[in-house]
Amino acid sequence: MKITNALISAKNVSVLKHQKSILDNIDIQINKNDFITIIGPNGAGKTMLLKCLMGFYKPTSGRIERKEKLKIGYMPQSISIINTMPITVKDFITVRKEYDDISLNKVITEVSIGEIINKQLSVLSGGEMQRVLLARSLLNNPDLLILDEPAQNLDISGQLNFYKLIQEIYSKRDISILMVSHDLHLVMVSTKKVLCLYKHICCSGAPQQIAKDPEFLSMFGKDMANMMSIYQHSHDHNHDHNHLAGEE
Amino acid sequence: MSYYGESIAHSSLLGVGLGILLGTGINFGVIFVCLLFGILFLWLQQNKILSTDTLLGVLAHLALSIGIIVISLNRIKIDIEAFLFGDVLTVSSGDLWVMYLGVAIAILLIFLNWSSLLLVTIDDDLARAEGINPIYINLLLTLVLTIVVAVSLQIIGLLLITAMLIIPAATSRRLANSPGQMALIATLVGIISVFSGIFLSVELDAPSGPSIVVISAILFFLSLSFKFLINKD
Repeated sequence: MKITNALISAKNVSVLKHQKSILDNIDIQINKNDFITIIGPNGAGKTMLLKCLMGFYKPTSGRIERKEKLKIGYMPQSISIINTMPITVKDFITVRKEYDDISLNKVITEVSIGEIINKQLSVLSGGEMQRVLLARSLLNNPDLLILDEPAQNLDISGQLNFYKLIQEIYSKRDISILMVSHDLHLVMVSTKKVLCLYKHICCSGAPQQIAKDPEFLSMFGKDMANMMSIYQHSHDHNHDHNHLAGEE
Repeated sequence: MSYYGESIAHSSLLGVGLGILLGTGINFGVIFVCLLFGILFLWLQQNKILSTDTLLGVLAHLALSIGIIVISLNRIKIDIEAFLFGDVLTVSSGDLWVMYLGVAIAILLIFLNWSSLLLVTIDDDLARAEGINPIYINLLLTLVLTIVVAVSLQIIGLLLITAMLIIPAATSRRLANSPGQMALIATLVGIISVFSGIFLSVELDAPSGPSIVVISAILFFLSLSFKFLINKD
């Protein structure tokens, strides 16, 4: 068996549920300091793939290997409890986590939640909630940060600010990032590799910078243009649905 | 999953019936059947045969009905009302010791698993991503709920146990700022409700269960107006 330096590697992973194929023959490898963005429409199996990679769903076939003592920070899309229970930001970030004051303060500063640290979760705005979820995932200095559609509920400026934050974290920390994105064409500029997923890996590759693309500049402005890259799909096959059109 | 607590409460009547029938005593019967109910439900749920609520509905009411039949088959006529609505007069000093033990165990279990339970309540997926085994948590909850049902059966009655799972928590939700505070205040509300409720039931010569629930609901409405008064400042 080859000794791999990969943080997580998945080979031939398939998931069948009620005889329906959710994931088909997925190969993916996440190495140190990688920045991988997985894109795909709804129903593509992105969340299922994350669950398999994190180890809380066993695939029907295939093999997933995780590096020993791998520390994963997981940022979910959202959390289900908001109003049922009173809890402050600080309590939420630290529940069931081993931490010391230094790392807590580091995370609070990094993600800029100093002002809301004692607020109740139920009164936070969408952008504030995202930063709080991010803070929690960073608290124990993970090797790999897994972000599940982190910007989905944010408006354009919220997205921009959030992506800037991720970029800073990626450059300052010794960390790998696996991001699942809802956008089928745009990914963060720091992305090294894009995987297009629709039950199987349709295509993959590196994105292209668009900082100079005049059309994009006029639509989204210079800041956004500097933050994002365009990914050109290179499918050599067709599906029964045109998922590039953003349907499904 | 508050329906889960209600379902365990329903199944307890089968435990009562079996306990009387087999002569093992009500407490053992209840604990045995409730635990069995919980394990059976979790096993069936894992196999994804039906939706959770449907499964609970079927199992809980089946257990309740079999329990009523078993009790009515008994030679000596037994007053079911006492089990449905509570009758403090049926509580013996032996029963009290069982209750003390049950409460101590329940508190210990919750205390030792507090942060895991809290994280699971906050978000299922987040808890799983951080390594909490959902089966372990479900079994833990089943055990604690079983103890709660066994302990409250004679005082509150199985029909209204769910009320005491929900109302004190709803009351303290308005008054607390952290999960720990919420648990403590809910406990306090529960204690006040039970004490006052029992005295009320003596005064009115009414069953203890409904009297306790009425007091707890009054406290709930008071907490609503309390928050309103605070906000006025």
